[in-house]
Amino acid sequence: VDLRDTPDEAAFRSEVQAWLEANLTDELRGGRFGERRFEQASREWSRKLYDAGYAGLTWPKPYGGAGAPYSYQAIFLEESTKAEAPQHIGVIGLGMAGPTIIAHGTEEQKQRYLPKILSAEEIWCQGFSEPGAGSDLASVRTRAEQRNGGFLVNGQKVWSSFAHIADWCILVTRSDPASERHAGLTYLIVDMHAPGVEVRPLRQLTGEAEFNEIFFTDVEVPAEHMVGAAGEGWSVAMTTLLHERGTLGFALTGVLDVAVRKLIALAREREVADPLLLDRVAQEWIELQALKFTNYRALTQLMKTGIPGPEGSISKLHWSEANQRLTKLALEILGEEAQVVNGDGDWQYQQLRSRGNTIEAGTSEILRSIVAERVLGLPRGR
Amino acid sequence: MDFAFTDEQEQLRAQARSYLAERFPSERVAELADSEAGWDPRSWRELAEMGWLGVSVLEEHGGAGLGFVEEAILLEELGRALYPGPYFSTVGLALPALGPDELARVVSGEERWSASLDGSLVPDLGIVDRVVVVENGDARAVPAQGEVLETVDSTRRLGRLQPENGTPLAGDASLLRPRALTALAAEAVGVGERALELGVEHAKTREQFGRPIGVYQAVSHTLADSYVETQLARSLAYWAAWCVAEDDPQAQVAAAAAKAYAAEAAVSACERSIQVLGGIGFTWEHVLHRYYKRAQWIQTFGGGAAALRAQVAEALLGTPAAV
Repeated sequence: VDLRDTPDEAAFRSEVQAWLEANLTDELRGGRFGERRFEQASREWSRKLYDAGYAGLTWPKPYGGAGAPYSYQAIFLEESTKAEAPQHIGVIGLGMAGPTIIAHGTEEQKQRYLPKILSAEEIWCQGFSEPGAGSDLASVRTRAEQRNGGFLVNGQKVWSSFAHIADWCILVTRSDPASERHAGLTYLIVDMHAPGVEVRPLRQLTGEAEFNEIFFTDVEVPAEHMVGAAGEGWSVAMTTLLHERGTLGFALTGVLDVAVRKLIALAREREVADPLLLDRVAQEWIELQALKFTNYRALTQLMKTGIPGPEGSISKLHWSEANQRLTKLALEILGEEAQVVNGDGDWQYQQLRSRGNTIEAGTSEILRSIVAERVLGLPRGR
Repeated sequence: MDFAFTDEQEQLRAQARSYLAERFPSERVAELADSEAGWDPRSWRELAEMGWLGVSVLEEHGGAGLGFVEEAILLEELGRALYPGPYFSTVGLALPALGPDELARVVSGEERWSASLDGSLVPDLGIVDRVVVVENGDARAVPAQGEVLETVDSTRRLGRLQPENGTPLAGDASLLRPRALTALAAEAVGVGERALELGVEHAKTREQFGRPIGVYQAVSHTLADSYVETQLARSLAYWAAWCVAEDDPQAQVAAAAAKAYAAEAAVSACERSIQVLGGIGFTWEHVLHRYYKRAQWIQTFGGGAAALRAQVAEALLGTPAAV
C-alpha cells in the first residue's frame, strides 16, 4: 500500500495540470454535461484533448490510443474533473462502443471506427433500452431481419444520450424472431444518418432534453456492421455494460469531489453553524473519501489482474445516493433561495438531475441484485 | 499509487486468519466471553511468539520494524475473530507512548498495557499490567489498578482507573488518538465483514416458502447494503492506517473519518444480519450478538460518530466542534 503517485504518475499529473491551466478557458468550466447548447464548444474541446493525446489514454496505440496504464486514465479524470473541464463529447464511444469493438470487433471495424471516436470526428450513441425493455434488457423487441446478406431493422429505442448529434449507434436487436430472452440477439453498428432513422428529444424533469427516442423504420444495415456473431449479441452487450460501470467510477467521484468542495464553500459562505447540517456536510466529505479510496482499490485490482474487482460494482451505486443526499443538503442550506431557477451554484438543477442518477446506467435495484448475486453469491431471484 | 497489499502483508493476514480460526472459533470465544477471566492468558505468549506484539516496533527494540498498515491487518483479523485479549489495548492504544524499555517488555510478552485518553474508561483494565494516562498532551504510566466494570461486550471489559501520579513516558502522546481510532476502524471492518458473512450464509441455506430466503430482494438488498458499507469502511480504514504509518498531515482527520464511518457500518451490518437470521439471530446461543456488542463497543470508545464528524466538520470549515 502506497497512496502516493509514482514518479511517473506524478510527472504525468503535473503535465495534465499545466495543460489544463493553459487550455481551459473560464467559459468552458462547469458546463452541464449533455446540454445541447454546449455542443460546439464540447466538440472543439474534444479535438484539443485528442491533439494533446489525452483521448483514449488506455487504448491500444495502433488505433490512436496512448497505450498507457489505467492509473494515467484515473489521474487525467481526477485532474480534469477537479478543474471542471468539459468531458470528451464522445463519452459513449470512449466508454462503451470503443471498448466493445476492441473486445469483439473485427480488425476492419477497429481500424474504421476507433480513431474517429478519439478525434471526436464521429459521435456515438447507445440503443439498448426500449419502452418495454429497461432493466430487463433481454426483453428487447427491435427486430433485425436477415435480408440481402445484411439486416433490415425495425423498432424503437429510448433514453439515448447524444442520439441527436450521433453518427453511429450501438444497437441491440432481436435477429431471430423465434428466440426468447438472451438467445437470438445481435449487436449492430447502425449509421444514424441512414434512411429510416428518426430521433426525437425526450424532455426530462429538469426541463432539459439530454436524452432521445430513436425510431428505426426499415433501416438497412450491412452485414459488416455486426459486432460479434449473429445471435451472440447478449454477451457483446454485457461487455459494453461492464465497461460502462467499470470506467465510470473515477469520473463520477471526480464530479462528486467538485460538488463536495462547492458544498463546503457554500456552508462556509453562509456561515452554517447548525450542528445537524455540519454533521451532514462532514458525512458527505467522509463518503467522498470512501468512494475515492475504493476507486483506488478497484484500480489497483484492475492494473494487477486486468479484470475489474468487486469494489468497482459499488462505486456507481453509492455515488448516486451520495450525490442525491449532497444536492438536497445544499438546497437545505440555501433555504428559500433554493427555489430560484439558475440561482447560486446551480444547485437547483443539480438536485433535480440527481434523481436520474439512481436510474441511469443500471438502477440501484439492479445494482444491488448484481452485488447480491455476483459478489455475495446469493441465489438468483429471477 | 498502489492500494494493494504486498505478498508479505497477505501472508501475515493468512497466518492471522488460520491461527485465529484454530484457536478462537466462535464457540471458544463465547466460552471465554462468559468466563470469569474473559480471555485466555496463554494466547498472549503465542501472539508474542508470532511477533504480533512488535510488528511496528523498531528492530533495535526487538520488533519487526514494519508499520501500522501491518498492524491494521492484524486488527482487522482479530476483529473478525472477536479475539478476547488486550491486543487493541496494548498495541492499538498504548504503544506509541512507550519508551524503549517498555517496548522491549511488550514485544517479549512480559508486559501488557492499556490507556486512558483524557479521562476515558480503561479497556481491559483487569488484564493489563500498566496504563498510559494521557492528559493535556502528556503521557504518564500508572499501575493498572481500579474497578473493573461489568460491560455489555464482555470480551473487552472497561475499568475505572484509580488515580495515581505515575511516571513520565518517553513516547509521543499525540499519536495515541489517531492510532487508536484507526485501530478501531480496522477492527470494525473485520467485525462488519464477519457479520455480513453470517447473514449471507444463512440467506443461502434457510428456506421459507420453498426457496432460500436470499432470493427475496428485501433480504438480498439489505445484505448488498452491508457489503457496500463494509467495503467503503475498509477503504477508509486502510487510507487512515497509511496516513498514520506515514505520519501524513491528514492522519487526524482520516482517523476520525474512518472510525466514524466504520463503526456505524459495523453496527448496521450486525443489525441487518440479526434481522436476516430472524429468531436465531436473536438468541444468546448464536454468535451474532457478540459481534453486535463488539461493534457497539467500538462505536462508543474514543468518541461516537457524531462527535467525530463534528471534528471532521471543524477541520473542513474551521468552525468549533459543535458536539
